[in-house]
Amino acid sequence: MPRVVIPPLMRDLTAGQACVTVAGRTVREVLDCLETAFPGTRERLLDKEGLRSDIWVAVDGEITPSGLLTEIAENSELSFVPAIEGG
Amino acid sequence: MVDRQRIKAKVNGEEVEFLCDPRQSLLECLRDVLNLTGTKEGCNDGNCGVCAVLLDGQLVNSCLVLGCEVNGREVTTIEGLADWRGLHPLQQAFLEHNGYQCGYCTPGVIMAAKALLDEKPNPTEEEIRHWLAGNLCRCTGYDKLVRAVMDAAARVRGDVPSFPGRAMHPDDSGTGRSGIMGGYRVIGTRPVRTDGADKVTGKAVFAADVRLPGMLYAKAVRSPYAHARIRSIDTSKAATLPGVKAVIAAEDLWALDGIADARANCRRNVRYARDKILAYDIVRFAGQPVAAVAAVDRFVAAEAAALVAVEYDPLPVVLDVREAMKEDAPLLHNDLFTDSLGKRGDRPSNIARHVQFLKGDPEKGFAKSDIVIEREVRTATVHQGYLEPPAVVADWGEDDTITVYCSTQGLFTSRAEIARVLNHPESRVRLVPMEVGGGFGGKGQVYEEPIAALLSRKARRPVKIAMTRSEVHQVTGPTPGTCIKVKMGVSKDGWIQAVKAELLYEAGAFPGAFIDAGARCMFGHYDIPNGQIDAYDVVVNKPKSAPYRAPCVTQAAFAAETIIDEICEKLKMDPLEFRLKNAAVEGTRELSGLVLPQVGFKETIKAALEHPHYHTPLTGPHRARGVAAGLWFAAGGPSTCSLTLNGDGSVNLATGSVDLQGTRTSIAMQAAEVLGIAVEDIHPAVVDTSSTGFNMPTVGSRTTFATGIAAIEAAKKLLTEMCNRVARLWAVDIETVRFEAGVFTASGDQKLQLTFKEVAARQNATGGPIYAAVAVSPAGSAGTISVHIVDVELDPDTGKTKVLRFTSIQDAGTAVHPDLVEGQMQGGTVQSIGWALNEGYQYDNEGRLLNDTLQDYRLPTALDVPMIDTAIVEVPNPRHPFGVKGVGESTITPGPAALANALYRITGVRMRELPMSPLRILKATGVIE
Repeated sequence: MPRVVIPPLMRDLTAGQACVTVAGRTVREVLDCLETAFPGTRERLLDKEGLRSDIWVAVDGEITPSGLLTEIAENSELSFVPAIEGG
Repeated sequence: MVDRQRIKAKVNGEEVEFLCDPRQSLLECLRDVLNLTGTKEGCNDGNCGVCAVLLDGQLVNSCLVLGCEVNGREVTTIEGLADWRGLHPLQQAFLEHNGYQCGYCTPGVIMAAKALLDEKPNPTEEEIRHWLAGNLCRCTGYDKLVRAVMDAAARVRGDVPSFPGRAMHPDDSGTGRSGIMGGYRVIGTRPVRTDGADKVTGKAVFAADVRLPGMLYAKAVRSPYAHARIRSIDTSKAATLPGVKAVIAAEDLWALDGIADARANCRRNVRYARDKILAYDIVRFAGQPVAAVAAVDRFVAAEAAALVAVEYDPLPVVLDVREAMKEDAPLLHNDLFTDSLGKRGDRPSNIARHVQFLKGDPEKGFAKSDIVIEREVRTATVHQGYLEPPAVVADWGEDDTITVYCSTQGLFTSRAEIARVLNHPESRVRLVPMEVGGGFGGKGQVYEEPIAALLSRKARRPVKIAMTRSEVHQVTGPTPGTCIKVKMGVSKDGWIQAVKAELLYEAGAFPGAFIDAGARCMFGHYDIPNGQIDAYDVVVNKPKSAPYRAPCVTQAAFAAETIIDEICEKLKMDPLEFRLKNAAVEGTRELSGLVLPQVGFKETIKAALEHPHYHTPLTGPHRARGVAAGLWFAAGGPSTCSLTLNGDGSVNLATGSVDLQGTRTSIAMQAAEVLGIAVEDIHPAVVDTSSTGFNMPTVGSRTTFATGIAAIEAAKKLLTEMCNRVARLWAVDIETVRFEAGVFTASGDQKLQLTFKEVAARQNATGGPIYAAVAVSPAGSAGTISVHIVDVELDPDTGKTKVLRFTSIQDAGTAVHPDLVEGQMQGGTVQSIGWALNEGYQYDNEGRLLNDTLQDYRLPTALDVPMIDTAIVEVPNPRHPFGVKGVGESTITPGPAALANALYRITGVRMRELPMSPLRILKATGVIE
C-alpha cells in the first residue's frame, strides 16, 4: 500500500506518526482512506475546490500537476509540501 | 482653468508649435502634448534619468524642465536618433550587445550616452560609468550597457569595434560557459531580440503610453496613517470641482455585489483583496487608498484628490515582525487566526501562517556535532526597484466588458484578481499585454486596476491612473523584512549534522509572504540529515509584501551562508570545499521531504572552485574576498502556445506569457530549433487574454522552461501536420515522410523534396491553414544554484564598501540565449549588491515611509559596480527537451552573504543586519558609537 509522509504540523492527527500506510490508487482515494484512519486530515488538506491552493502533493518525491487525480502505484510514497511560486 | 502658453520649438529637427500649461514639465509636454512617448517617466524628481533628453545639445532630465522653458530651443529625444539611413550607432550597439532588458530606462540611457559621445568620443569605462551614474538601470547590472556604449563610441569614431560583447574578465577561461553542449543549430546562439528595435528606438509601448479617445486621468486619495479607523469620507467638494467626472470610495466597490450585507457575507480573502485596493473601515498602512477621482487632466485630478476630506481615528502601529508576534501586539485584523497547515489558532493573531519542515532528529544531530553555532540576523524591507511605475488604462465598455492595459507579469492571474475584486465575470475582463518596465516579482500584483475600472464605469469613459515614484514605494509590495534565527551543527571533519531555523517574515498589512520558498531554499542545496525549519507569515503596518526575485530566499540565504562561513572559519576549511562536500545530489531528500531530481549543485560549486577569480591573489589594504551560494527551485505550471504557419514560410508564435526580459526570443528560438528555420522567421507575440489559453505569470524562472516546452510541442504538432500535407501531395504514406534541415523528403524516392517554405506556400491547396496550439503543465524545473565570488575594499574612515570584482557562477541548464542568461545573472547580482549595502525602507515610529524617493532609497548606479563576470554552468535539465532550466532567480540569493563574508575578513566583525550601510559598518567597527 502507498506510504504517506505526514507533514510535521499534521502529526497531531496521527498520534505523532511521521509516516503511515493506507490504501488507494489515486491521491484522492489515499486521502479518503487517510481520513477514515485519521479523522480530520481531509479538512486540513482540502477546501471546497480540492487540494488547498497553498499545498502541493508529491508522489515519490516529485510534485505532480494533476493533484488529487494523480494515479499512484502500490509502493508509492506521497508527501504534501507548501506550494511555491516565485518572482 | 490655467491659461496655456504658445510654445515654438524645434523637436527632433522639426519646428513644432504647441500649447503648454505652465505647470507642465517638458516630459509631460513631450508625452501628453506631442505624443512622443519614447521618453519615459521614472521618478519625476530628477533621480533616475529615465526621461533624459537633449536640450540645445545638453543632457537634461525632462521632468525637471518646464515645458515653457523650451520656447525657441531645440529638443532631441530618442525618436530623433534614427534616420532614413538606419539606427544610430548607439542604438545598433545596444541591440547587438543586449545592452537593455525591459527597455524602460533604455531611451534615457541612450540619450545620456549620446551626450557623452558628442562631448568625448573616446571615453574610458570609468568615464562612461561616471557619466551614466544619473541613469538608473535595474535589469542589466550595467555590464552589457557599458560595453554597448564603448562599442558605439568605437563605431562613431570609425574604429573597429573591439570590446568584448559578453562578460569576460581578462583571466576568465575564455568561454564563460562550461558543461555539456547540445550541438544545436539555434539554441546557444545570441540573436538580436525580436523586441529589440522597439526598445532602443522608443517605440515599445508601456501601459503609461496608452492613450484612448476621451480618456480621463485618475488620482488616488491615500491614508497618511499606517493604522487608523476611518470615521468619515466626504467627497462632495471633489465631486463638484469643474473637470471632475467620477469619484469613488470603498462603498462603490461593495455596491457591485448588489446586496446590502455583501461585506459581512463574503470570504475573508476577498475582503482583504478589496481593502488593499480601497480601504473600507480601517487603513492598515500609510499610503493605502481610501478614495479616487477621475478628471479631465492630471492637474484637476490632483486638485480634486486633495479636496476629498477623510477623518481618521489613529490606532496603535506595529512595524517590527517580532513585536507583531507578541501576544499583546496591536492586531491588524480581528478575524485573522494562525493557519498551521489547516489547523486554526485559538485566538486572533498577527501570525497569519506557520509552515514547518522537519527531517530526522535535529537535537540528536546537534548532540553529535563538534561545533554548534546559533545566530540571529535581520534584513530590511526592500523594494524590487523596477523603474516603470505601475500604470493602468481601463475602459469599462457598454457591453460590460472591461478592457485593461496594465503593467503586469501575469495577464491571466491579474485578470482573475481584477474580476474577483470587481465581482465581475472573468471572461468579461480582457487584459491587453504591454511591455513591462521591470517586475522582478513585484508586478504580479493588482493595485489600481480595479480603481481605474470602477472610475471608468462611473464616468463611462476610459481612465488612466499611474503611480508616482513616491506612491510606488509607499504602496506596492516590497519584499518582506525579516528576523531569522539559525543554528547549525557540524562534525570536525566538515559534515553538516543538523540545522534549525526560525524565519519571521513581514507580510505587510495583509497575509501572503512567500515563506514556503524561503523555508525550502534556505538549505535545499545541502544534504542535511537532521533539520527543522519554522517559517511565519506575520502582518505588520507596512504595504502588502510581494515577491522579489527568488522571493524570501535571499534573506534566508544571508542567514544560512554567513553561519556557514563562520563554521568554515572554525573548521579551518575552504568555504567552497565545505559547500562542495555537503552539496545535495540527485536523490537527496530535502528537509521539505521532497527528493531531488537531477541537479547541478556540485558542478556549479566545482566551477566556482576552479574559476580563475577564486585563485587570483587579492592584495592591498582593507581588501578581502567572500563567497556564498544560493538556491532557487524554478517553477513549472500551465502554459499555452500557438503557432500559425504563414504562406511565406515564417511562423507566428502567440502566447500569454508576458515577456519581461527577452522570453519572446528565447521561446521563439526553441520553436525555431524544432522547425528547422531561422529564429528571424518566427514572429513571437504576447497576446491578450481573449486570444489565447491560460498562462501562469512570468514568475519563478518558469517562462523559458514551461512556455518553451509548449512552443516545442506546438512546433512538433505543426511539423506533423506539414508531413501530412506532404504525404497527401506525394500520395505516399506519412510514415515515409522525413523532415531534416528544413527539407521534407520521402524515404525510398530521393527525387521527392519540398522545403519548409514550399510546403507553407501550398497549405491552403492541401487542406487549409496549418496551425497548432498546445497547452502544457510541466512539473517544476530542477533547482539551480548560484555561487558568488566577490572582492571588496572597505574605506575604514567612511565605512563605504567598494566592490572591486564580482563573479557570478550559475547552473542554467542549457543556455538558450547566453546573452540573456548572462544578463539575468548580472542584473540579479547587482540587485543583491544594492540589497546588501544600501537599500532598505526607513519608517518613522508612526509607520510613515521616510525614504520614498530614488534620492533617499538608493539603487546601485553604474558607478557603484564593476563589470560582473559570469560563468554559465550547463547541466542539462532532463525535464526539458533541450535541457533548459530557469535562470532568473538564484542569481540574487548569495550576494548579501558573500559581501558580508568578505567584509568580515577585513573588519573581523560579522555584520548581521542588512543593509550593511556605511553607518552600520562604522558602528560595528567602533569608529562611531
